[in-house]
Amino acid sequence: MFNISTQALFAQLLVGLINGSFYALLSLGLAVIFGMLNIINFAHGALYMMGAFCAYFLLNVLGINYWMALILAPLLIGFLGVVLERTMLQRLAGLDHLYGLLLTFGLALIIQGLFQNYFGSSGLPYAIPQQLTGGQNLGFMFLPNYRAWVVIFSLTICLATWFAIEKTKLGAYLRAATENPTLVRAFGVNVPRMITLTYGFGVGLAALAGVLSAPINQVRPLMGADLIIVVFAVVVIGGMGSIMGSIVTGFALGILEGLTKYFYPEASNTVVFVIMAIVLMVKPNGLFGRA
Amino acid sequence: MDEARVLLEVKDLQAWYGESHILHGVDFRVREGEVVTLLGRNGAGKTTTLKSVMGMIGKRTGSVQFDGQQTIGMTSDRIAHLGLAICPEERGIFASLNVMENLMLPPQVRPGGLPVEQIFELFPNLKERISSQGTKLSGGEQQMLAIGRILRTGARLLMLDEPTEGLAPVIIQQIGRTIARLKQEGFTILLVEQNFRFASTVADRFYVMEHGRVIDAFANADLDANMGKLHEYLGV
Repeated sequence: MFNISTQALFAQLLVGLINGSFYALLSLGLAVIFGMLNIINFAHGALYMMGAFCAYFLLNVLGINYWMALILAPLLIGFLGVVLERTMLQRLAGLDHLYGLLLTFGLALIIQGLFQNYFGSSGLPYAIPQQLTGGQNLGFMFLPNYRAWVVIFSLTICLATWFAIEKTKLGAYLRAATENPTLVRAFGVNVPRMITLTYGFGVGLAALAGVLSAPINQVRPLMGADLIIVVFAVVVIGGMGSIMGSIVTGFALGILEGLTKYFYPEASNTVVFVIMAIVLMVKPNGLFGRA
Repeated sequence: MDEARVLLEVKDLQAWYGESHILHGVDFRVREGEVVTLLGRNGAGKTTTLKSVMGMIGKRTGSVQFDGQQTIGMTSDRIAHLGLAICPEERGIFASLNVMENLMLPPQVRPGGLPVEQIFELFPNLKERISSQGTKLSGGEQQMLAIGRILRTGARLLMLDEPTEGLAPVIIQQIGRTIARLKQEGFTILLVEQNFRFASTVADRFYVMEHGRVIDAFANADLDANMGKLHEYLGV
């Protein structure tokens, strides 16, 4: 009896870690975009979904495998992000948050509606790449290789992004332009181009998460809409715009959700929002947010 | 000094913050190697003039020529690459960057900037606090950092907006010595100052601004003869 329950506990912990990986990748992208553009990117879930679809089409239409899709999908969808920023979001610079929120929310509805129209609501299968099929028996649990890969890879991407922003010269430009774009520009930095590329990068992260998720969750038009609500709660808990905050909170809340599924499954869908409410009352700027 | 080249020539410069018209036709020139100070009461348009020259104001018209090149239609990042740099009134030290990152932030726009060692020689305090958060420095140290970081970029015209504001007399003296030293090094400096006593120790020439226009100009040598007028302009 005890053995079975520890197995179930570890299984839920793993599910939590997997979900946490997606929360972290997505909330990281949101944090990077919010810091630089001051826009709450409600299209993030739709772009995540497009990343998964992109991988699906690359494989089924062009015969391009998972590993190439992992590079190509973020580049293609990131480029779409660049176009969106240049043609639409740029016009909202300096306006109230509400405008960016409405525009990106509208974009999300349009994108999801189009995909639903053409592909229905059921999922399209995407096979786990051959190199990552199977799994390891760790004694206390069975660990599928692909799931281990998702956790390790997304953690690596998150930490690399953190390093690039907090420890490099390019990151110093980003941090400075977040604080005072006018002055950074007056020092000779092309800030508008940097903003465009930042949006493209954040969108690319979402697309990358979409590709990672395709073999686990199937490819569905509403896969992003379901996930993004929780991700926004993660962002609020971690603190808008905090890089390390979004990574830590993403993984922590995924694990917490998994634990709740084990100990009190009825609350597993609401625990994140309960925590969000408490954090908002105690620390309105989020756990890692700057006042 | 008369034979020196005109580095900055501003003619009929007008500028707006949103709907409000701040500069109503500013005219002045700065020769290479000069230290020129804009004087005037609060709200006369001195800071706006510096920001307009740098291209940091939403709307500006008229003519701003730097080294013979018209910049009125340029964005501020392009203007910076011609060799202009600003040290803003609020200093603009970045809280999310440490001292070294703040110092190294402005990209090199031209060859010929001061090496970092020489900046540390000018401001030894900065070297000791290299890994502190930028905004944890004292007001004087932040001012040194704000000046220091535009010395490495190769900019030839430095625009300093009230560098002595709110600082202790001993720090003001250090900044005065720094400006004199920078002049020796060949930098051209456009200064905005409320502290007239300080300005009179470093500047070659003065322009007086009122209601968004330049209303008078004189050289440091003619200072005594103009003292009466000046008191009237500045209301001191």
